[in-house]
Amino acid sequence: MSEYRVEMKVNGRRVAEAVEARTSLGDFLRLKLGYTGVHMGCEHGVCGACTIMVDGRAVRSCLMLAVQAEGSEVLTVEGLADAQDALHPAQDAMRKAHGLQCGFCTPGVVMTLASLCADRRCDEQSMVAAMSGHICRCTGYQGIRRAITMLAAEVGSAGSDT
Amino acid sequence: MSEQTLIPSAGSGAARWIGKRVERKEDARLLTGRGQYTDDVVLPGMLHVAFARSTIAHGRITRVETSVAAELPGVHAIYTARELAAQPITMMSFFFTPSEVPITPLAGELVQYVGDPVVMVIAETRAIAEDAVSLIEIDYEELSPVVTIADAMAAAPIHPGTETNVASEIGDEEPEEDLAQALQGAHCLLTQEVVHQRISQAPMENRAILATREGPEELTLYITCQSPHNIARWVSLALGLPQTAIRVIAKDVGGSFGLKNTPWKEECAVICAAMLFGRPLKWTEDRYEALTASNQCREAQMRLSAALDANGRLVASHAVYDCNNGAYPQGADNNIAVHMFLWAAYKMPAYAFLSRGWYTNTNGLAAYRGPWAMESLIRETLLDKAARRLGIDPVEIRRRNLVYLKDQPAVSCMGIPVDDITPGECLEKLVAHFDFAAFRKEQAQAREQSRYLGVGIAAYIEPTGSAGSMVTMTGELAQVRIEPTGRVTAMMSTHSQGHGTATTMAQCIADRLGVAYDDVTVFEGDSSRGGFGPGAAGSRQGVIGGGAAIRASEMLADKVRVLAAHLFNASPESVSIEDGIVHIAGAPEMSRPLGEIANIAYAEPDRLPPGFEAGLEAQFRYQPPPMTLTSAAHLCVVEVDTDTGFVKILRWISSEDCGTVINPGVVEGQISGGLAQAIGMVLLEEMPYDARGNPTAATFKDYLLPAISDVPVFEFIHANTPSKTIGGMRGVGEGGAIIGPPTLVNAIADALSPFGEIEKLVLPLTPARILDIVEQRDVSGFGASHSEMATAPVADAVQEPEAPPPMPENSQEQSAAEARSIDGDWNMVLKTPMGPQPMVVTFATDGAGGVSGMFSSAEGSQAFDGGRLDAGRVRFDLKVEKPMKITLKYDLLIEGDIVSGKCKMGMFGSAKVTGQRA
Ligand code: FES
Ligand code: FES
Repeated sequence: MSEYRVEMKVNGRRVAEAVEARTSLGDFLRLKLGYTGVHMGCEHGVCGACTIMVDGRAVRSCLMLAVQAEGSEVLTVEGLADAQDALHPAQDAMRKAHGLQCGFCTPGVVMTLASLCADRRCDEQSMVAAMSGHICRCTGYQGIRRAITMLAAEVGSAGSDT
Repeated sequence: MSEQTLIPSAGSGAARWIGKRVERKEDARLLTGRGQYTDDVVLPGMLHVAFARSTIAHGRITRVETSVAAELPGVHAIYTARELAAQPITMMSFFFTPSEVPITPLAGELVQYVGDPVVMVIAETRAIAEDAVSLIEIDYEELSPVVTIADAMAAAPIHPGTETNVASEIGDEEPEEDLAQALQGAHCLLTQEVVHQRISQAPMENRAILATREGPEELTLYITCQSPHNIARWVSLALGLPQTAIRVIAKDVGGSFGLKNTPWKEECAVICAAMLFGRPLKWTEDRYEALTASNQCREAQMRLSAALDANGRLVASHAVYDCNNGAYPQGADNNIAVHMFLWAAYKMPAYAFLSRGWYTNTNGLAAYRGPWAMESLIRETLLDKAARRLGIDPVEIRRRNLVYLKDQPAVSCMGIPVDDITPGECLEKLVAHFDFAAFRKEQAQAREQSRYLGVGIAAYIEPTGSAGSMVTMTGELAQVRIEPTGRVTAMMSTHSQGHGTATTMAQCIADRLGVAYDDVTVFEGDSSRGGFGPGAAGSRQGVIGGGAAIRASEMLADKVRVLAAHLFNASPESVSIEDGIVHIAGAPEMSRPLGEIANIAYAEPDRLPPGFEAGLEAQFRYQPPPMTLTSAAHLCVVEVDTDTGFVKILRWISSEDCGTVINPGVVEGQISGGLAQAIGMVLLEEMPYDARGNPTAATFKDYLLPAISDVPVFEFIHANTPSKTIGGMRGVGEGGAIIGPPTLVNAIADALSPFGEIEKLVLPLTPARILDIVEQRDVSGFGASHSEMATAPVADAVQEPEAPPPMPENSQEQSAAEARSIDGDWNMVLKTPMGPQPMVVTFATDGAGGVSGMFSSAEGSQAFDGGRLDAGRVRFDLKVEKPMKITLKYDLLIEGDIVSGKCKMGMFGSAKVTGQRA
């Protein structure tokens, strides 16, 4: 198997590793770097559980190869909040709204919401539309909808001030 | 949303935690990626497993060639059934009964389904293990596959040594004469037929196991499951090892819904190989394996007859139920629970049934949220049909037949005592929240604009919190202690796969102990901690675990009272614990933090009252009544697009009695999750097999799970009455998946009632199947492939969907003049998404506004009639068969020799039509 050396920044830290060309970015983050908050739900781009951010944009890490992330800034759910025990507003809204049950889909959901917040596309409609690319088998999406409403009110209004 | 009325309880503290929508203990961890799911666990020396699986549904293995695979660098071992047999294992059902047919982890001589594991590779990485699998050659002598229930009824048995493909059977072939007479002689006899598709439980986390042998008789398993205790017990029996030798850890599990009840073939293969090979082995299923090779559920067909008298009261009933068990079910099953609960909430005098489970060459049957849910689906849809037939309101027909509180205690026709159910009361509360008269008006107005709205209701009861009637279904244990620091910890036999038991159990404990919720930590998820409990199975943990946590905490609070009374020379009755502070009534200066009392209890034996056991610990195993019944009534409103066959859910209200609510957020979460799965079952999900037994939904693009856009906002009415258990809870885990399907189907049937009845309910109601009903013909193609069960639609129930508008009188002559003018041939072009399609259309008018004619194109020609001409506007429907069955609705404007307009092509939208006279 052909091996390549990749360098990228993951959650603010530089990493340099050898990877097989066929290794997905998701597997690389989970297996090589230990970021097990990256969840593999389908490995074919439908469920959204593996969503992370690459250079600030939400990406399905099962559909991207590790070698394609060469030189990128990668953010996983572990690195989303500013501090060790803090929560990002998207995480906080999900917690307050009972937006999760088993938590397997949750890291992906949170990363998509966070990327929309960063993008100032955090009106309710855009967030609900983006959520149709995430499958949650547990919650029936009720708490996720409430979290989106809270987040839109909170971050949306904060965003319009600046 | 109505607020939960708190049920008064006799805790020690003032602050109530039971009934509060507190944030979950689990969430901070899970939201930051710090969960510990099985695949996240890594052990030193761990190797990875992949399986070579059968590519055929039924056959004899003639050759297995693994030598090339074994040479691949990184491959450590390859096992077939022969090698693996060195570690015997007895695979059992969830109830610890040995399988009716022999099952081995790897297929030995026969493969019995596509995906049946045949060879196991152990390698450095999963990728290398998969590479090796692709180098393994397996040859088969193919046998004819038995795929459907109908196949199973006709075919020779798939399992050697059995006489038929009947896996399990109960009931009578023919109803007794009395019952037959009651059915035939009744005022009205209705039959409902349901063909339920096969469902994949599809938790978001696939199955996974990491097994490591610690010594000759010691095994540690990390495994996706519903109870580490139950797995430890199952594996110890399966391997013949003492249970103490097996430790099972499952800190976080990403959903299960019945699938992960017991280890199955792959998990057992990994366990055996770990015993033999001696290194930690991990297998994590991928989604392709999960969809095509995991156990599945629900595939069944049922025909229910029910007789009613002229007043719409139930008289007698009979049912025949058949379900597909697959090749290796997790316990051969005829689903007797369907019949036990079918009429349990209704005044049904007489009922008989025949119920059978069938072996086929498909994936095995496992549990899924409300495994007996067919009973509510078929009963509630039949009742709506009966209401339409008899001209009674759907609410009214239920009022006449449901067992209300005033009718209790009662015993059902199947001998089930009911003395504590409220489906009728839930229904009344539900009806009070919905303006039926206004809806019927809106519905009538919408129909005039060819918009089809419908409302559906359903009521049901459900057995929950079962204990004591089956070997696995035990009580639950709570061990609660106040640590010397004053913090409270508990070890519970409960387990969460999303249930949030660390939250709800902590609420019960905080409430009854008089401490802050934040000061309570619940440990579960490890069989070496806490006592035996079967975990999440049958909506039981809130009821039984909650009862255990409450009673253990009350016992512990009593202990604190005795100690504090002794220390402060007061009476135990004067001691209270509030928010972690111990108070003596009338002596505020004596108030002490709980930690101070605890410290004395642990460290200063001299200060304890005589006979007082040191420490502050209590444990209680709660053995509840054998079963606790939950009731509910639901309502939903839909709009069905009769052009596309798509269903939009506009509103959904749940009115449920789940007794004491520990946490409304958790309760509503459970119901909502079940309802989403119900929506999936009714509209989207299907695991189909082709005639050779190949599962044909291999990705989430084929197996459609509900997305946020498919699920509406649910409204809740908590119509709770406490149960007779400690704490008064009733189970709520499965209900949504049971009552959801009939509620939605009834709404769709109501919307489509102008077109006729859904004579046979075939799930899922895909757009094509909705169009079957709209058009009263076989658009979906299901009828052709299942003609043996097909029934003709009731002709007199079919009404004209859109009666042609009456012709205005003064236009009569004018239209006759126009009519003459459009007769003849027209060259037209239809702009389809596949490109422009030229055609010649011949119109013939009848002089009274009616138009018929003929379409001719390169693909052939087709006649139409029943069209209308009005003021130059021609409208007609063309029912085509190719490239698919679809009704094209033409709406054209003719001006002189020029024609223009559009054609609605069902779900493909509208296409433009242009042309001129030929
Ligand atoms: S795992 Fe990447 S989208 Fe499902
Ligand atoms: S919380 Fe379990 S899949 Fe979303």
